[in-house]
This record gives sequence, C-alpha cells and structure tokens, in this order.
Amino acid sequence: MRRLRYPLYATLIGLGLWQAVIWITGAPHFILPSPWRVATTGFESRALIAEHAMVTGTEVILGLLIGAFLGALTAIQLAASPKMARMMMPLLVFTQAVPVFALAPILTLWFGYGMASKIVMAVLIIYFPVTSSFYDGLMRVTPALLDLAKTMGASNAQIMVRIKIPHALPSLASGLKLAAVYAPIGAVIGEWVGSSQGLGYLMLLANGRAKIDLMFASLIALAVFTVLLHRLISALADKMDSVSLDK
Amino acid sequence: MTSAPKITLQGSYCIEHDALFEAVTLHIPAGQWTCLLGRSGVGKSTILRLILGLETAGQFDGVVFTDDGLPIDGRASYMAQSDLLLPWLNLRENVVLGARLRGETPNLAKADAMIERVGLTDHYAKKPAALSGGMRQRAALARALMEDRPIVLLDEPFSALDAGTRADMQDLTADVLIGRTVLLVTHDPAEACRLGHNISLLTPTGIEPWDVPLAAPVRQTDDPQTLHAQAALLSYLRAVT
Repeated sequence: MRRLRYPLYATLIGLGLWQAVIWITGAPHFILPSPWRVATTGFESRALIAEHAMVTGTEVILGLLIGAFLGALTAIQLAASPKMARMMMPLLVFTQAVPVFALAPILTLWFGYGMASKIVMAVLIIYFPVTSSFYDGLMRVTPALLDLAKTMGASNAQIMVRIKIPHALPSLASGLKLAAVYAPIGAVIGEWVGSSQGLGYLMLLANGRAKIDLMFASLIALAVFTVLLHRLISALADKMDSVSLDK
Repeated sequence: MTSAPKITLQGSYCIEHDALFEAVTLHIPAGQWTCLLGRSGVGKSTILRLILGLETAGQFDGVVFTDDGLPIDGRASYMAQSDLLLPWLNLRENVVLGARLRGETPNLAKADAMIERVGLTDHYAKKPAALSGGMRQRAALARALMEDRPIVLLDEPFSALDAGTRADMQDLTADVLIGRTVLLVTHDPAEACRLGHNISLLTPTGIEPWDVPLAAPVRQTDDPQTLHAQAALLSYLRAVT
C-alpha cells in the first residue's frame, strides 16, 4: 500500500486541478466535463468501453509481440553482420524520420479498416526502439570477453547465444518497456484514420456527437490500459535482467 | 595436454604507417615463465594478441611460430586484467564456459577439482557479484586451468588486485601453471622479478633481455637480489621513454 501512496497523491492532485479549472473558468460540460461526470459516464458505459478496449488491447498486444519479435530478430542479425549493420542502420534511422501519422492512411489503404492495419501501425512504432536498444546491448559486450571466447574455440553462433544475447537482455528489457508505452499510440492512430471499432474509434465517435464525457472516459480507459501494460512488461523485463539463457 | 612448446615472435608492427615496434624478436622458452615488461602503450598487449592470433588495429609484418611446428591456435589459454566472469552464471558454470562455448558437455567433476585447486570449493554456486576481487581472479584462473592448455598468456592479470591478494595470486598461479609455457605481460618490475624465469623488456627501440636474479621463481619478496633487480629494472624503465 505504501508504494501506491504517492501515485494516489498525484492522481488526487490531478483531479483537484481538473475540478479547479472547471470552477474557475465555468466551462460547460460539453467542453470540459467534471471528473465526477466522466466517472459516472465511464461506469454507465462500461460495457461499451470494455468492448472497444478489447479490440484496442488485442491490436496492441499482437503489435507488441510481433514488433518485439521482429525487432529482436533484426538486432541479432545486425549484430551478427557488421556489413549489414553499416548498410541497414542509416536506413532504419531514416524510416524513423517519416512521421508515423503520415503512414496511417496508407496502411489503412493497404491493410483495410480491420485490426491488421492497426497491428502493423503498432509494429512500426515499436520496431525501432526494440531493435535499437537490443542492438546497442549486443554490441556493448566487453571486447576482452569476445577475445577470451575466441581463444576457447567458440563459434560466432555460440558467442551470440551464450554471451551476447544474455548480456544484452537488460537492454532488450529497456526497449520493451518503451514499446509498451508506444504500442497503444500506434494502434489508436490507426483507429483514428479509419476503423469501426476500438478506443480510438470510440473517442472520435464520442467527440463527433459532443459526448465529451464519454471521450474522456475512453481516454482514461486507454491510459489505464497503457499503464497496466507497462507495469506488466516492466515486471517481465525485471525478471529478464536476472534470467540466464545458460541453464 | 600436449607438451609445452617454445614460442618465437619475430617482426615489426605499425599502425597507419607509424611503427609501434620495429624488427623485434621475442623468445618464450618452453615450460617457463617469460615476463614481458614495458611502459604503457609500448605494444606489450599487441604482442600477446599477435601470439593468440587475435585481431589488432595495425599491421604486423612477421611470424609467430613454435619449436614443435604445431599451431598455437587451440593450445593457448588467456587471462586478462579483468576476470571476465559472466555475471549471470555461477562460479562453476563460469569455470566450464569453454566447454559450453564449444558446444561440448562440461566435465563438472574436473571443474570441481579445479575449483578446489584454487581454493573456492565453498563458493562454487555463488554468482561473481558475491565474490571478492581476489576470488573472482582465482575463478578466472580455474577457468584457464580447465582448458588444460600448454600455453598460457596472461595480460596483467594481477594489476587490479590489492598488494596482499596480488602476492597470493602470484604464488597460486605460478604453482598451478608449472610446466606450461607462460607469457606474462606486466608493467610491474616487482612482479616480473618475482615470477619470471626470463624477463624481456619492450621499448620503442626493440626487445632486450634483462638478467633475472639467481634464485628460482617464485622468488621471495624480501630476497636482496630480487629487490636489487627490481630497483635496477625500475630505474631503467624510468630512463627509457
């Protein structure tokens, strides 16, 4: 309970400020609904929000799994081949310079209005942080350790599996923690551009019908989901820090 | 273990056309300790890497050969200044690292014997973080012994240890490596005078032999001849730049 005390204080202060803004500015509820109104609407629309949250959650989790897998695989490939790394790293950085927002309409065009385009979006947004952080970890192994392994007659594959990958797991863990926060952004951007379900869709729909309280409730549901996902991934990542592949 | 060979290195080495050392010859007699001494940056570790066949930054123009004509690759083990223990493995898993890296089934009974030999039996299940600096270096020694190779190349393996632990490690290492061809790269005249059957000085102008005290290694730290040799060596090293 003690650990929750400070996040609870922060939440109460945030809610207090929110309510204070309403009192001071006298904003009507269709511009800025009160926390209580949002909570009531959220509770009343819980089935609707849950239904759409399931869709976004599925997109995020599938995007996270696929993106983490592809990112980790790419990092290992790049670390195994310095030539490929020299060729691919500038390209990877270049792809990051393209705003993901700009890609969303194209992805919707290619992969349709369903979940696929949102999953691709989430994959794209987390691929680079995972690749980059894991690759850094793989390349940061003490050179003397690699020398030692070579004198012991280790193959490059064994060095990768038994030394580089276990050594880089904490870096991969940092990348995954970032990915857990980015993946929902990717999915929601995809839903904004074109979809018929998901929290992003529900937010746009509620906004269009001036149901700002529902929009806020959806937004809070998304934020809570992201925080929970981040906590889950962080717990897994902390385990990874101490896990050895070499049992 | 095959018998320990004599190793000879002959050649010059340059980095981007600047010579690091020119036309040197280093003899490492079979079954003895040879200490390669020199100031930092003079190329001691480069020579060790050349013998091990590891990558170096510059260009070596010369040869490394053994008196039995067999290659060094696969017959040498290596110990560095840092213990290089993998933090996610326990001591025994670290000692059998070589076998695991070659995809072989580790011989745990032999590993336990090596761990006992370096006096770490009570700690075999501990991770490196739970061991002291001296214990970690002893574990690294057990790992090198596990490889059971006739040639052992040591790159300042004792330099990060405190004086007492260093002396203990020197005694232990000399004891367990008897009969092997050992090259110890060091910048410490006291260490070279204590451990070396032969001492070679590496300076920018070449490699020259240095007379060792008459007593056989490991020499006593208070042996007057050893102290004298060490003082003379230090003066010489300070004079050459």
